[in-house]
Amino acid sequence: MSDVLLQVRGLHAQYGPTKVLHGLDFDVKAGGITTILGANGAGKTTTLRAVCGMVKAQGEVLLGGERIDGKATESIVRMGVAHVPDGRGTFLNFTTEENLRMGAYTRKDRAEVELDYERMYTYFPRLKERRKQQAGTLSGGEQQMLAVSRALMLRPRLLLLDEPSFGLAPLVVQEMFGIFKAINEKDRISMLLVEQNASLALKLADHAYLLETGRVVISGSSESIRNDESVRRSYLGY
Amino acid sequence: MDLLIHQILSGLATGGIYASMALALVMIYQATHHVNFAQGEMAMFATYLAWTLLQSGLPYWGAFFLTVIVSFVAGVVIERVIIRPVEHAPVLSVVTVFIGLLVIFNSVAGWVFSYTIKPFPSPFPEKPLFGNVYMSSHELGSMGITLVLLLALFVFFRFTPLGLAMRAAAQNPVSSRLVGVRVGWMLALGWGLAAAIGGVAGMMIAPIVYLEPNMMGGVLLYAFAGALLGGIDSPGGAVVGGFIVGVLENVVGTYLGNELKFTIALILIVTVLVIRPSGLFGKVHVSRV
Repeated sequence: MSDVLLQVRGLHAQYGPTKVLHGLDFDVKAGGITTILGANGAGKTTTLRAVCGMVKAQGEVLLGGERIDGKATESIVRMGVAHVPDGRGTFLNFTTEENLRMGAYTRKDRAEVELDYERMYTYFPRLKERRKQQAGTLSGGEQQMLAVSRALMLRPRLLLLDEPSFGLAPLVVQEMFGIFKAINEKDRISMLLVEQNASLALKLADHAYLLETGRVVISGSSESIRNDESVRRSYLGY
Repeated sequence: MDLLIHQILSGLATGGIYASMALALVMIYQATHHVNFAQGEMAMFATYLAWTLLQSGLPYWGAFFLTVIVSFVAGVVIERVIIRPVEHAPVLSVVTVFIGLLVIFNSVAGWVFSYTIKPFPSPFPEKPLFGNVYMSSHELGSMGITLVLLLALFVFFRFTPLGLAMRAAAQNPVSSRLVGVRVGWMLALGWGLAAAIGGVAGMMIAPIVYLEPNMMGGVLLYAFAGALLGGIDSPGGAVVGGFIVGVLENVVGTYLGNELKFTIALILIVTVLVIRPSGLFGKVHVSRV
């Protein structure tokens, strides 16, 4: 039990009359990376939103053994859940630097925060160049880097990643996933990753769940899923 | 020429008051996309509070700061108790609530303090300050106070984490929640600040227009014209707009007759809406349909 950071049981969610999730069960291990795979419309983004209280949902969500379902998003965030949202969620009128500052909004350890800015700029030197620039003028890829950095500035226990590779050049994607791996190993930040690029996600994650129209159809270790020829062909398309 | 300089300068003084009221309007507008029609009456009520405190023997600046603090708290409470429940209501319902607030404040003030016009003291000496012949000491002093207020707000919104969070909550509530900002409280805080600014504006204009329940009607109209002229979503623009309206009002009043003062504000509003709805500094909003 103690090595599970996020435990989700019987998660239901809907947008108005449209049901999107029909009772999901999944876990994220402490220090682990879990990925949720599935086609468009399977409910991946909704799952992440339900975990951090952005959509109305039913079911149990436990973070480190504590119920967080029904809590306000900002309270869940303050418990250490950072979210790189679908669509990046950039503060368009703010500079790059101000966006990062917002990421650290709830933190009180000023000196450490200063160090973390520098760390983000070493991860993504492009952001350092764009430091004083209005974030709305950044390219899509740069905004994606900014979204990831902003989430990391929270120093989260759990990082929710909604398609972090979206809009990035392949080389940058490789780099970013390398950073995820490093952060996960060094800082023991657990991650819940939603990704279109299944092969990439399976390489990073230790556990995978396959979603089809709001239900988990297959789950298991990334390795077993990667090696299952029929699953790969019919669901992952590579 | 002397007359013109005189009118422009005293226009700048009242313009500063319009500018702060316009800024209060813009602050709430930016966060909620609603214009708070009760802003003026809230300011009037705050001024009555200051008057009551002065009557009870408090020194001017004591009453001044106490009024600002009470206005701030009252603004927060109004947002939490009255505005919050209609947060997601259709625009017309919200407008109705604002107008309801306006009427309530107006009649309660009339009921409690009566409709008789009362003089309100100025904290500044009778004699002109610094041998300035163009402006009365109240005009100069109130301009100083509004400038200090505007500067303090600028510093607050630009350089403090809380100010940044308030701006963030206004422009992107979803992302703000995702970094842990309590967006609901930011709105309440915005209301508190707007009410406090209104309180200052009320106390600064009352020595000029005298204290009575309808004293802010005209001021709010000018503030609204100023906010629209500068751009209703631009705080800096609203301030510039407020000053321009103040000067225009004074110059027109002098050369074309006092009867036209209100008319010029309305003409300005209509002209801006027809020719340049986004105002001088506002953003043009384009939406796909």
